[in-house]
Amino acid sequence: MHPIVILGSGLAGITLLRELRKLDKTTAVTVVTADDGAFYSKPNLSNALMLNKTAAQLALSSSADLATQLNATLLTHTEVRAIHTEYSQLETSAGTLIYSQLVLAVGAHPIRLPLQGDAAAEVLSVNNLADYARFRQHVAGKQRVAILGAGLIGCEFANDWQAAGINSTVFDLAPQALGRLLPTQAAAFLRNRLEAAGIQFHLQTSLTSVDKKGTGYLLTDNHGTQHEVDLLLSAVGLKPATELAAAAGLKINRGIVVDQQLRTSVANIYALGDCAEVQGLVLPFVQPIMHAARALAATLSGHPTALRYPAMPVVVKTPACPTVVCPPPQGVNGTWEERIESDSVRAIFKDENGTAHGFALLGETAVKERTSLTAQMPDWLT
Amino acid sequence: MKVYQCIVCGFVYNEAAGDPEHNIAPGTRWEDVPADWSCPDCGVTKADFEMVEI
Repeated sequence: MHPIVILGSGLAGITLLRELRKLDKTTAVTVVTADDGAFYSKPNLSNALMLNKTAAQLALSSSADLATQLNATLLTHTEVRAIHTEYSQLETSAGTLIYSQLVLAVGAHPIRLPLQGDAAAEVLSVNNLADYARFRQHVAGKQRVAILGAGLIGCEFANDWQAAGINSTVFDLAPQALGRLLPTQAAAFLRNRLEAAGIQFHLQTSLTSVDKKGTGYLLTDNHGTQHEVDLLLSAVGLKPATELAAAAGLKINRGIVVDQQLRTSVANIYALGDCAEVQGLVLPFVQPIMHAARALAATLSGHPTALRYPAMPVVVKTPACPTVVCPPPQGVNGTWEERIESDSVRAIFKDENGTAHGFALLGETAVKERTSLTAQMPDWLT
Repeated sequence: MKVYQCIVCGFVYNEAAGDPEHNIAPGTRWEDVPADWSCPDCGVTKADFEMVEI
């Protein structure tokens, strides 16, 4: 019997393995990963600087520990070059592998905006532990950091660095922070709190070029204004890693297209996590991955199980402004009702019948209402 | 009173604060948190909850 092969050792791949081992202790499983296979909490990358954690401290288990604990083979530093679906075969830098069932848990790539200038290639992004290690080397002794992108990750990093004593400036073409998640007044509240903590925002502003200047960089924006910084980080979003699947002929839309049992368009191949698109949903967050891993573990152990999503609010780790957002599902028509107080914002997204489909809570007292509000939200996937 | 952090999602459990929203009173020690409690942020159950002290 050939093994179940999981491509990727991030949260999706390793959680699937953990969940599978609760149901099935013996079926052979091989995990193939391009990095060293250490397990870490990815959400913690965006608040690790303030806690002064090194990359080594963030790694919770080594690949060797995981292999022992979870009775699996981990092929580290191994690149997968092709999937030959007709032979259930993988071509890798470590040779050929045959799978009984294949799971794609290959994650997503940071989106890179086109930039001019002689330092455009030096723009950093932090999407995994190795990126974080590189970033920590670069940030040592730096005073001024610019962040491209005022979304979830951009705001979290800005807050983390400001708290660690580094001046942070955030650029975004959108008119507001967390533009895709928050209604207008909630976004203004967040911005005010972050500005009060010392973070600078340049909104409705994009960068056009990055050039070397001394030991740092000279940034030029679309208004022609120049900014001198020591380091530039890009956090403008993620794009599902679909190249390998596409080359193998799997159906791709925004992500690798899967049904509610996480089956791709090709037999015996599944996908979950940041690379997968489930019924049109691409949700690169922890909670959806946990749900998907549990459903797929059941399916792979012989009990076909459909993935279901409850409403899953996202916690924005900005201590200067505690924030929880439960975005309304795409395609639901409605309007935000925002209640603003001096120390909080409570916003509810309601459809024309008055049914709530989403919410945003900002401020120390408001975020405590998360659990009771979440219980009132319709499920996302039934 | 100790502070713990969920290894999966970064959720912080502070014994002093407890988790009143889920009926865990302030001051509840981690050992005394019931086994059916799960991480409010990522849903990992207590049995799997590999807490690290921070």
